[in-house]
Amino acid sequence: MVYASSPDPSGRGPSPGVPERRPGRAGPPGPPRAPGPRTSVKIVVAGGFGVGKTTLVEAISEIPPVNTEAWMTQAARTVDPLGDAEGKTTTTVAMDFGRVTLASDLVLYLFGTPGQPRFWPMWDDLCRGASGAVILVDTRRLDVSFAAVNYFENDSDVPFIVAVNLFDGRQTHRLPQIREALRLDADVPLTTCDARDRGSVVQVLTETLAHTLDRTAGRGTGPLTGTAGRRTDPLAAR
Amino acid sequence: MTANPWVRPYVLTGGRTRGRTHLLVHTVISGRRYDAAFAERLLPEARALYERAHATSESVAELSAHCGVSLGVTRVLLADLAAGDRIAIAAEGTSPYDRNVLERVIDGLRELA
Repeated sequence: MVYASSPDPSGRGPSPGVPERRPGRAGPPGPPRAPGPRTSVKIVVAGGFGVGKTTLVEAISEIPPVNTEAWMTQAARTVDPLGDAEGKTTTTVAMDFGRVTLASDLVLYLFGTPGQPRFWPMWDDLCRGASGAVILVDTRRLDVSFAAVNYFENDSDVPFIVAVNLFDGRQTHRLPQIREALRLDADVPLTTCDARDRGSVVQVLTETLAHTLDRTAGRGTGPLTGTAGRRTDPLAAR
Repeated sequence: MTANPWVRPYVLTGGRTRGRTHLLVHTVISGRRYDAAFAERLLPEARALYERAHATSESVAELSAHCGVSLGVTRVLLADLAAGDRIAIAAEGTSPYDRNVLERVIDGLRELA
């Protein structure tokens, strides 16, 4: 067993950016803490590969975004995130998450979805118990986020909003154009953000939860289904 | 610690892929009374989780990541520890749409901005 060994030379362990507070092997791990009941709330950050999910988490998380490949078997080989045809059974999954402590008894977790299409089945697991979701889109590559929009419209009950990540702070398309291109239902909020900016991220997250409050006001949470047509990317032809 | 590459993950759980309770990735786990003798008897993976749960108040996903135990295995092992009353699962059964909680989160976020 490698429990007390030094850092894993294979680099497959917890990411180096994560402060390792390894529980001491000798002696009890410190004094007992107050067992305060803690409520945790989860927001899912979705979108295609490279739209800025990790950046958004990083902008507000009090811990470096934890990138774990722990989802499936550690015995499996890492698969190139941009695709490797032989990766169908040997997958490790990267998921990024961050934490924001809001009060001694209240903590918000942000979970980035694995962007790669073959990991969609895990979205169900990730979304279970989520209070809301943000789908990040990049107008230069709108198509990479279509799947996320489809998922939240058709396969999930989690209320969601869509946020256009303004790379370089420039808005290249007007929101109605983007809404049209994404075939977004009128009742799905569409906003802009700068995923690098904490204030902007706070704004997006509060909008997300405000939308959840709207959607769930005065009733249970029925299925939120959409009738979205097939998505194409008219902006891609620029 | 890191996962032991020589042990198939679910050997650690006796072949079980589901725990007694299904833990969400963001469910916060905390320790109960720390029992060193009990920790000694655990397999390394379960022990790492048990000890970290007593040193911190972290989510299932964090425990999994920090202890290097895959998420599925982490869930089963934590569910076992909880069933034996060795660790505490926080706020089980709270609705994710609880208005009071969401309003508190919104207020808390605004203070961060």
